Amino acid sequence: MAVMSYLEAIRETLRQEMRHDERIIIYGEDVGVRGGVFRVTEGLQKEFGEDRVIDSPLAEAAIVGTAIGAAVNGLRPVPEIQFADFIFPAINQIVQEAARIRYRSNGAFGVPLVIRAPFGGGVHGALYHSQSVEAFFAHVPGLKVVIPSTPYDAKGLLAAAIQDEDPVLYFEHKAAYRSIKGEVPDERYLIPIGKADLKRTGKDVSIITYGLMVNYALKAAETLEKEGISVEILDLRSIRPLDVEMILETAKRTGKVLIVHEDNLTGGIGGEVSALIAEHALFHLDAPIMRLAGPDVPAMPYSPPLEHAFMVTSDKITEAARKLAKF
Amino acid sequence: MAQREPVSGLPVDREKLKTMYYYMVLSRRLDERMWILNRQGKAPFVISCQGQEGAQAGVVMALDSQVDWIAPYYRDLAVVLAFGMTPREVMLGFLGKADDPSSGGRQMPAHYGHRARRIFTGSSPVATQVTQAAGLAWAFKLRHEAAVAVAFLGEGSTNQGEFHEALNFAAVQRVPLIVVVENNGYAISVPQNHQMAIHNVADRAAGYGIVGVVVQGSDPLAVYEAAHAARERALAGGGPTLIEAKTYRYTAHSSDDDDRSYRSREELLREKADDPVVVFRESLMRLNVWDERQEERLQQEVRAVVDDATEYALNAAMPDPSTLMDHVYEKD
Repeated sequence: MAVMSYLEAIRETLRQEMRHDERIIIYGEDVGVRGGVFRVTEGLQKEFGEDRVIDSPLAEAAIVGTAIGAAVNGLRPVPEIQFADFIFPAINQIVQEAARIRYRSNGAFGVPLVIRAPFGGGVHGALYHSQSVEAFFAHVPGLKVVIPSTPYDAKGLLAAAIQDEDPVLYFEHKAAYRSIKGEVPDERYLIPIGKADLKRTGKDVSIITYGLMVNYALKAAETLEKEGISVEILDLRSIRPLDVEMILETAKRTGKVLIVHEDNLTGGIGGEVSALIAEHALFHLDAPIMRLAGPDVPAMPYSPPLEHAFMVTSDKITEAARKLAKF
Repeated sequence: MAQREPVSGLPVDREKLKTMYYYMVLSRRLDERMWILNRQGKAPFVISCQGQEGAQAGVVMALDSQVDWIAPYYRDLAVVLAFGMTPREVMLGFLGKADDPSSGGRQMPAHYGHRARRIFTGSSPVATQVTQAAGLAWAFKLRHEAAVAVAFLGEGSTNQGEFHEALNFAAVQRVPLIVVVENNGYAISVPQNHQMAIHNVADRAAGYGIVGVVVQGSDPLAVYEAAHAARERALAGGGPTLIEAKTYRYTAHSSDDDDRSYRSREELLREKADDPVVVFRESLMRLNVWDERQEERLQQEVRAVVDDATEYALNAAMPDPSTLMDHVYEKD
């Protein structure tokens, strides 16, 4: 057991899985000699060679398209999209191809593919290096979308994604890379995709969230505890498929639900979670469902006051949960 | 053994010439039958290979269907038949039947795919198969396997970014890829000169530092030679090749199109003078590989095969609505 950063957990999982399965290849812009712009793949080309850790031409559609072909022909590609913001040229390959290939071939072909992409803001990345893009993909049957919040989960979810027979989008929050640390066992383990994690039990309010926001919510819960407000926190970990059972359980337990994500409010995961609760647990609620999310502006601005105004913070979560508790 | 004797001056033996011709005729007749079924109201949609059979059969004869992968597009009836899909299987897909190997009746007709036959499933957004074929080829290269992947597409689809991205990638990584452009002159209604400012699509190869070849689709032997050379080059580590086969589309884009609004009947008649099926038959006869008696027998045989495939597929079961949710994920 070692204490690792979120980023190190991802790198060491890639290393461990690659040692275990020679079909795994890593592919993307600057992932080779440079080890990625965030250094997630640092040292991997040195260990596994240029045939398995490959610098790609700067072309996202080709990164995913070729990965699909390689996956169908027996490899386990783990391509990296340098920033989630740049994934859109590949959306045709992800949505029309990877997601639909099993269905359209009546089960004859599958695409075991993991697309890793750093996402999220608060790192002075402005409009095109700060986006949360998960809702676009969570809409698509055939895809799985996971977003770890801790180094422990980063490892177990990445290993599960790599071993999955279907295409998985694995989003890594940039602000978590070095700021979030935790214990990670040395041995290989899996966290099943689609299982949420109850991070904390409480009586007054449930916060349902994922990714970096889980850490912010935990901080908010500590503050609120001092005020006598007891907060339960559910980390979704996977936003497609959603863990419907655990979502409904926590909603029924506290009767007050705050859904938090950094992605834009409208059409975000919060809407889906909210609809599930409204459909299946309405009469257990003691207050209207509340959502706290990134505002509906096209993307995150650069200048610090504007960026801060966009970001969902621990303070904003504390305030929202306090308001909900008092309802 | 006489069948395997080489024909003087040609790169292939008699058997291969006859096989090539067989698949060209089979494709034409099967395609014609689909139109009849469509006009009879038995099938909602047909999209055709007519006019492009020479280019298609010529390429496939140069491949090894035991090891290579192909990623065809919707006009590639002769490609998939020559690569191993049966007429019955084609008709099951055409009629949307449960046992359609391409998709179990989920996709529109002519979206071919067949795992056991190494035919990769295709979609409708064009040129996505080119990057995928580059990936199929990439896996061969990484595993040091002696095989190639072949992507097929129309000339209109070469305007897509993915065509460019795929060839650039394949060239950089020197993967064993062959990209075959079946240039039939039209992207639905838009002629080539409104699609690109060059005459030969193969000229685009220069931009990737790879070999580009132009061949006449009505000359399947020339196509075969180009594909054979491309395969040899790929296996030797020479990377991808872009082959452009000049063809012409004899039907409207599909059964939902009316080509009279954008091309003249005179043009169509002029182009049909270069019908690959007719031109190839005549050259086989000149070479004394083929005669009228064999032709008559072949036509009878093909008619029987097409009749059988039609009957078989018409009587086959439709998909069960309860299977709608199957195969979204592996566990389903």
